[in-house]
Amino acid sequence: MTEGPSRTHAILKKYARDIHAGWMSELADGLQLDRRITEAELSAQTREFLALLQTAVASDGIANLESAPWDPVREFLESISRSRAQQGFSSEETAAFVFSFKKPLFELLRKDFGKNPTVLAQETWNITALLDKLGLHTVKSFQKAREAVINRQQEELLELSTPVVKLWDGILALPMIGTLDSARTQVVMESLLQRIVETGSETAIIDITGVPTVDTLTAQHLLKTVTAIRMMGADCIISGIRPQIAQTIVHLGIDLQGVTTKATLADALALALKRSGFVVSKSKE
Amino acid sequence: MGRFLLVTIQIEMDDGIALRLQEDLTTRIEKTGSRGVLIDISALEMVDSFIGRMIANISAMSHILNARTVLVGMQPAVAITLVELGLTLPGVRTALNVERGMALLAASDDENAEDASGRK
Repeated sequence: MTEGPSRTHAILKKYARDIHAGWMSELADGLQLDRRITEAELSAQTREFLALLQTAVASDGIANLESAPWDPVREFLESISRSRAQQGFSSEETAAFVFSFKKPLFELLRKDFGKNPTVLAQETWNITALLDKLGLHTVKSFQKAREAVINRQQEELLELSTPVVKLWDGILALPMIGTLDSARTQVVMESLLQRIVETGSETAIIDITGVPTVDTLTAQHLLKTVTAIRMMGADCIISGIRPQIAQTIVHLGIDLQGVTTKATLADALALALKRSGFVVSKSKE
Repeated sequence: MGRFLLVTIQIEMDDGIALRLQEDLTTRIEKTGSRGVLIDISALEMVDSFIGRMIANISAMSHILNARTVLVGMQPAVAITLVELGLTLPGVRTALNVERGMALLAASDDENAEDASGRK
């Protein structure tokens, strides 16, 4: 709680250049300068922060950091956190941006108020409280930015692994990569069935070369997909069955219910072409 | 359609309509002596468990009445629902669209005709 007018503003104004220099050297010590961020960039960021801080302190004091005058400061810290998160910095390195500000500021406070312990203690506390809150805000924004990156990557992964490709007229292929869980199987099933209806393809080849393991649950998901395809009036071939998977299927006693299986996508394609009445021949040289 | 019956489901089936369809269709098959029924469900976007069972029942009934039944135009959502509900369509062929369905019916009808003349 502040008692009496805060002297922080006066200090910030009076020693702006010294504070900046002191802060930069603290940051340099703390490895803030590496290839990911240049000295010029860092200098610009610290300068901007100081300016924003000064304006906010001047207008509203340091009691309430959620108030409107502090918006620019908070937003600035949020954007710093976001860019640090994207560049791959750790949360400590990001928070250090704010926390390393304490040392130069305290030194200057001591210089001005050294002879007045009550005031010195008061101001030191004020500044500590302020910078702690700002530091925490930085960490919070950093976490949020990291989570956003993770979520986006997850969505992209999901999309990457479920493309339906057309191999020939009336023949679609679905190369599966990665583990099959319920969520993915749902997405896969829907997009494959949709494409079958859209293109009127009578054969769908599901290639599981990229699926590392098959357990009973995975097999059930696959079989559901096959049943749905047949229900609609098309047929399905499963290809890419590796020896280990073949063994697993037999050991687990999974009944493939008469689904045609082939070892390679090439074999499956050959069968599909044959079923569709196509003949592949080499032209005479 | 000559010796085949074409049933096109165009409106959202409610329970009453589905029951009436069952009645009408079985009566029709008997009266016309149809040997093939084509049920077009491409306008059905969603089914619930009741309608799902209705479709399965109607198909089974016409099959019992010795009419080859082909279900065409099943939408993905409908197929998924039927699979989730564990409903199968015993004795019913399915095709992606009306053209293919007709081809299926014609082919199986020819088989039957050959059978009959072979035995004679």
